[in-house]
Amino acid sequence: MRMIIVAGTPGSGKTAVLMHALKSLNERNLKSSVVKIDCLYTDDDKKFAKIGVPTKVGLSMDMCPDHYAIYNTEDMISWASENESDFLVMETAGLCHRCAPYTMNCLGVCVIDATSGPNTPLKVGPFLSTADVAVITKGDMISQAEREIFRERVLEVNPNCKVIEANGLSGQGCVELAEEMLKSREVALDQEKLRHSAPLAVCTLCVGETKVNKKYHRGILRRIDGFQKYEGE
Amino acid sequence: MIDEITILGGYDKQGNKEPVEKVIIKKGEIFGVVGPTGSGKSSLIGDIEQLAQEDTFSKRKILVDNKEPSYEDRTNPRKKMVAQLSQNMNFLADMSVGDFLNLHAKCRGASNKCVNAVVKLANTLTGEPIKKKHELTILSGGQSRALMVADVAIISNSPIVLIDEIENAGIRKHDAIKALAGHGKIVMVVTHDPVLALMADKRIIMKNGGMQNVVHTSEKEKQVSKKLNKIDELMLNLRDRVRNGEILEEIGHIEI
Repeated sequence: MRMIIVAGTPGSGKTAVLMHALKSLNERNLKSSVVKIDCLYTDDDKKFAKIGVPTKVGLSMDMCPDHYAIYNTEDMISWASENESDFLVMETAGLCHRCAPYTMNCLGVCVIDATSGPNTPLKVGPFLSTADVAVITKGDMISQAEREIFRERVLEVNPNCKVIEANGLSGQGCVELAEEMLKSREVALDQEKLRHSAPLAVCTLCVGETKVNKKYHRGILRRIDGFQKYEGE
Repeated sequence: MIDEITILGGYDKQGNKEPVEKVIIKKGEIFGVVGPTGSGKSSLIGDIEQLAQEDTFSKRKILVDNKEPSYEDRTNPRKKMVAQLSQNMNFLADMSVGDFLNLHAKCRGASNKCVNAVVKLANTLTGEPIKKKHELTILSGGQSRALMVADVAIISNSPIVLIDEIENAGIRKHDAIKALAGHGKIVMVVTHDPVLALMADKRIIMKNGGMQNVVHTSEKEKQVSKKLNKIDELMLNLRDRVRNGEILEEIGHIEI
């Protein structure tokens, strides 16, 4: 079984692009299982159900959705194996895009919206820089010049990725994504490691502190001037 | 240089085979694409822009000089054979005109010298002058469109030029088409405007997502086209006068 991890900014068209790609795999008699990770709400499972793909939903609630997805990867792999799927597709909402949820052997797919401006690729970090495939969506909404600049910026951040310009409405480019999925490696749970470590986030806020005043905060704290300290036991 | 492109028909919105199975467009030809809104004109242009290989909704296939284009040809902007001017009138990029054009010239492997030429050409197409230091996002619709036309004509100097509805632009459309068509290019113009449709050598009639027919512009139509041009010039002239605050007493003289 192969594992595809799809990350992307909210509303970038992850689900739309995936639906077209999975339909293309369906036509070749290849089975997929989808796990959709979101924070508070999703009805994407109904959309995937329409094309006959078994779907599980995971809502991370007050936990970071990427961390939640990583902790639950093992269970997802066993569920997809029970379904006798050729592909496990994990779609994750992501929050700050400092996490790259991709593992070593998965196909890491980053979906990024071309209307978000040509500086976006420079801002998003490992979720783009460690991806195998960068899918650029909504290119039809901007001029060709802007599209070309956006593409160049994506390649500046990740020179080795394969860039696919896709349209979630028409399905353009999605067959190409399906081709990349076919070329991906077998998942090997024991050897799976994250490509990039998750950002540091161990502080009182992580366990529910809501007060803003500095004196209430413990743990690893970094000031705006870059000074970092550990406070606590 | 490219001598011709071939469009091999696919399927319409209902999944029926398109009535037109094959269209060949030769170097130096201007092709119109006409049809009601929603008839699939922009999709046809989109298929050509991506040099579709049965991988879009319509399942059309585009051949260049009778061959399938390579993957590199389809995606590398430096090798890109198609320049497209879409219906989108506004820039979203948050940068100055000069920086933007420099960046685009770099993407296309073009010299930075062409930046000034782009601004100069754009200013011949629109009334309000564009400066390099202007922010892209504050340009008016007409300025944006003029800049896009000039960018396509000079920086994206590709052998195939696709134009989607230039008439809505508030720019001098004849001059714009002339600048874009250049020498020996393949030009396709999506249009609702009879002035532009009859300027083309042939036109593809779209309906329901499919190519219904290919019509040659007849001699009579060429005569009509000349008359339409006169009406168009009159309209442009009146528009300029109204814009400049003049009070119009009468339409003016026109010979048809």
